[in-house]
Amino acid sequence: MELLRFEDVAVGYEGKPVAEHLSFAVHAGDYLCIVGENGAGKSTLMKTLLSLQTPLSGKITYAGALKKNEIGYLPQQTEIQRDFPATVREVVLSGCLNRSGLRPFYSGAQKQTAKKWMERLDITKLQSKSYRALSGGQQQRVLLARALCATKSVIVLDEPVAGLDPLVTADLYALIGRLNKEDGITIIMVSHDLSAALTYADHILQVSRGSNFFGTTEDYRASELGKLFIGKAGDSDA
Amino acid sequence: MLNAHDTTVSSALENIRSVFQSMGVALEAAPAKLDAYFTQFKFVKFALIVAILIALCAALLGVTLVLKRYSMIGDGLSHVAFGAMTVAMIFSLTPVYISMPVTVLTAVLLLRGGKRKLGGDSAIAMLSVSSLALGYLLLNLFSGSSSNLSGDVCSILFGSTSILTLRESDVILCATLAAVVIFVYIFFHNQIFAVTFDEDFAKATGTKVTAYHLLIAVITAVVIVISMNLVGALLISALIVFPALCAMRLFRSFRGVIISAAIISVFCAVFGILLAIIFSTPVGSTIVAADLLAFVICIIIDAIKRGTKR
Ligand SMILES: Nc1ncnc2c1ncn2[C@@H]1O[C@H](COP(=O)(O)OP(=O)(O)O)[C@@H](O)[C@H]1O
Ligand SMILES: [Mg+2]
Repeated sequence: MELLRFEDVAVGYEGKPVAEHLSFAVHAGDYLCIVGENGAGKSTLMKTLLSLQTPLSGKITYAGALKKNEIGYLPQQTEIQRDFPATVREVVLSGCLNRSGLRPFYSGAQKQTAKKWMERLDITKLQSKSYRALSGGQQQRVLLARALCATKSVIVLDEPVAGLDPLVTADLYALIGRLNKEDGITIIMVSHDLSAALTYADHILQVSRGSNFFGTTEDYRASELGKLFIGKAGDSDA
Repeated sequence: MLNAHDTTVSSALENIRSVFQSMGVALEAAPAKLDAYFTQFKFVKFALIVAILIALCAALLGVTLVLKRYSMIGDGLSHVAFGAMTVAMIFSLTPVYISMPVTVLTAVLLLRGGKRKLGGDSAIAMLSVSSLALGYLLLNLFSGSSSNLSGDVCSILFGSTSILTLRESDVILCATLAAVVIFVYIFFHNQIFAVTFDEDFAKATGTKVTAYHLLIAVITAVVIVISMNLVGALLISALIVFPALCAMRLFRSFRGVIISAAIISVFCAVFGILLAIIFSTPVGSTIVAADLLAFVICIIIDAIKRGTKR
């Protein structure tokens, strides 16, 4: 089942495109990784997908089952201030808000959803802790739980492992993989980390000036662009 | 030379001593004085009701403004309200009818579209000093005959003693507006949390962020205009910022911070008014002094808590 489709979309700011000719489709259960160099426009693409900004040209369609505001979102480097008073539970629950309409308090069902995802992500013990006192990895789990509360099927993650140490990174990737395989959540993830993308994702979208790539991970490995980019990433790792 | 110096010092000491002496006298007379005020003048009750409501609203709003880094906007808006009030005075209109729409409009323009479109610190600073200067200038130019110009200005800036001479209609207006503000905060507290905590996420998942910004802007303006009755234009920021800062030292949940800020703010307002009656000090500055004291106490509590944790 197709969830969303981009057809020759250009994204950017104030009429100036940062990435153009983006065409791809996401189906239920996919794990799509968006790769590309710094400044290629990956985050801009994500924000366009989430309707935080409008595309400069082209067409975006959301399939019937997926309402625009039913996409969970884990932002890149959240701008949340360090001194914001909020408990883990409050943060996770705020993900349920889009389904509460104009009710002043959260319903039992919403609290149940929040509880379910906190248990799934193993943060139930942290629920009355202060969000600002958590470690980076714990904070990402909390924001992931919040994103999952906001959706039935799709989450969008923008560089979720940035700034985490290798062990925590591996943990988080494994967790996201399980959400995809076991819970059937569709994943759209921006990643800087090509090797992880190649390991976990079944589709790759490479964003770069001039030529984009979209296809399965196998096709990407075989493609000229893929070989070039994988080679480069290998070089910089060495 | 030395002698002159000595006399100044001793006369200063004498002054201080007499202040304390009169404070002691005032304290001794306090129960009788308060009793007299409460039994004889119903306006003291009015003053207390209004003060409690205003303090409550200011504290609720303050948490949002402090967390969104909008404290300066509160300050700027209060100066705009001052400018608008002077215009009202020149044309002998009821001040609220002018200052309310002008302040609401300014707030909406400033807060429209959230942080990104904000004019920046310097723009707000400019706006606020300009309205202050122009307001005073206009008042001087056009009400030359008015005998009590500086008294009027002083009471707009630092809060009038008129808090103790409120008319029933003032109380009703104030109570209505305050009730609306409190209702909005109770009803929309989850939305306000979401919009304050992470604007992008809220927007991406379908919360009408722009509408809530508008709501916050209007509430800010309303709270500032009604607070001018209590503490005056220059001191409003204190009423908005201190309770939030106190509460953030003590609590780690958003709900805890909101509730405790409201309690601290109301307590300081009542305490301040009673002190002002007992010692015949200006109401506004006494309340702000009480808020400052509460803040210092909270810092100390916080420091002790941290100390024992280590
Ligand atoms: N708010 C903005 N206004 C204007 N230009 C921006 C804005 N945010 C990012 N850009 C520019 O858009 C380009 C793409 O940024 P971004 O999408 O964040 O890249 P990536 O996430 O791929 O590293 C960059 O050159 C950046 O300078
Ligand atoms: Mg980015």
